Amino acid sequence: MAEYSAFSLLKNALTGNKDWKPAWRKPDPKASYDVIVIGGGGHGLSTAYYLAKEHGITNVAVLEKGWLGSGNVGRNTTAVRSNYLLPANTRFYEHSMKLWENLSHDLNYNVMFSQRGCLNLAHTPAQLDDFARRGNAMRHLGVDAELMTTAEIARLVPALDVSATARFPIVGGLMQRRAGTARHDAVAWGYARGADRRGVDIIENCEVTGFLRDGDRISGVTTSRGEVRARKVAVAVAGSTGQVMRLAGIDTMPIESHVLQAFVTESLKPFINTVLTFGMGHFYMSQSDKGGLVYGGDLDGYNSYAQRGSLPVVDEVMSEMLALFPGLARVRMLRSWGGVCDMSMDGSPIITTGPLPGMYLNCGWCYGGFKATPASGWCFAWTIAKDEPHDINAPFTLDRFHRGLVIDDKGQGATPRLH
Amino acid sequence: MLITCPYCGPRDVIEFTYQGDGNRERPQPASQDLDAWNTYVYDRLNPAGDHNEIWQHSGGCRAHLRVVRNTLTHEISSVAFTRGDHKVDARHKAEGKI
Repeated sequence: MAEYSAFSLLKNALTGNKDWKPAWRKPDPKASYDVIVIGGGGHGLSTAYYLAKEHGITNVAVLEKGWLGSGNVGRNTTAVRSNYLLPANTRFYEHSMKLWENLSHDLNYNVMFSQRGCLNLAHTPAQLDDFARRGNAMRHLGVDAELMTTAEIARLVPALDVSATARFPIVGGLMQRRAGTARHDAVAWGYARGADRRGVDIIENCEVTGFLRDGDRISGVTTSRGEVRARKVAVAVAGSTGQVMRLAGIDTMPIESHVLQAFVTESLKPFINTVLTFGMGHFYMSQSDKGGLVYGGDLDGYNSYAQRGSLPVVDEVMSEMLALFPGLARVRMLRSWGGVCDMSMDGSPIITTGPLPGMYLNCGWCYGGFKATPASGWCFAWTIAKDEPHDINAPFTLDRFHRGLVIDDKGQGATPRLH
Repeated sequence: MLITCPYCGPRDVIEFTYQGDGNRERPQPASQDLDAWNTYVYDRLNPAGDHNEIWQHSGGCRAHLRVVRNTLTHEISSVAFTRGDHKVDARHKAEGKI
């Protein structure tokens, strides 16, 4: 019987809910492991889960400097989609989408994955042509995509201003029906529990302070809770990548850390049943099951490690929201927060062996890391277990920049704040 | 965030355009040293703390500024024109431009 099921709910209800086990243990670090994963965010936890599940490597520690879910896995706007242009990205994110589609069953944990669709609005005929091209590229690789007319969009999202007098009139859009949202905390907790039940030690409040070496090879880490050794040390620390790599003596990376803000309004009655993105600025919105509108916009635009944002971007995001939905003018914003994003030089991630012997690196998620969580962990676990990348993550090397093999979906060049 | 432009005085950050890491050394235009170009284009120090960066006062006097800003607190410890920049001056002098 699955640990969480209707039957176990009933049984525990009848016995006063005294027999539930904690979702994960709180072990002290052992002296050594087969694999250490630095970073207990979504990607680190899913890496540990797939190491145990797919490769039978269970002597694994996940080291997290704070508490689980305190970083970007609990700070994103929860959208999941695979609507990319370039084949390397489309294949990777579609692999992730397929893992999402079965994730709640796989984890025996309800991640509330809701395939409510993701609609990119087009505001000029040229933009709609560009979307058609991207939609065709997606369909060519077996991913669903459809162009929608303004009339269809008006039926789907009645609150949208689709009039010709809108500040940026809507001429159509590109819809991916299989896209949607998931509950981000549940993803962290579900992976943590799944990994823990397979024997992985998840060690919170354990900050890595340095790397141990055996000759040239990385052989472990020093932490705020003592030395921990391992044959393989995997780094999945998102916005802190530069800081952790510096501990290993690598001073420069093709990464800049930038802050991205997100917002939620007070709870409303059902208002929008898809993930919507604005085409004339950077704005995206969905509605949580609790009723709050969850939305965000652009990066603040300058290097930042502060997990909070600045007012000019708040102002911009709100004005974009009102350009689409004039009816939301009186709705109150409840909360805003920021997360530190590891912006790569081409907008695409890095999942690779190295750069030092005994080390494995997972970073460069920009602000698209949440939807990648399953595939990122799946590919990273493969790379760690087999000492070579899977075909799906083979293009996402660290040396692709110096080799001229960048994967720049947006065609923006090496300007991280614009990806 | 306010940036104190040496010409215009303290101004809101929305008047400025961020031009990124100021530590990077652009190779000579004719340089064929690929490693130097790659390093210039792609590699960043990305410090958590004081960051040497370039801003342009695009909504004001349009001067290019070298700013030292703390990336954890956004505290700005120095702002100077990039013209008259010691590093740039030294290079231009070496090249016989000034």
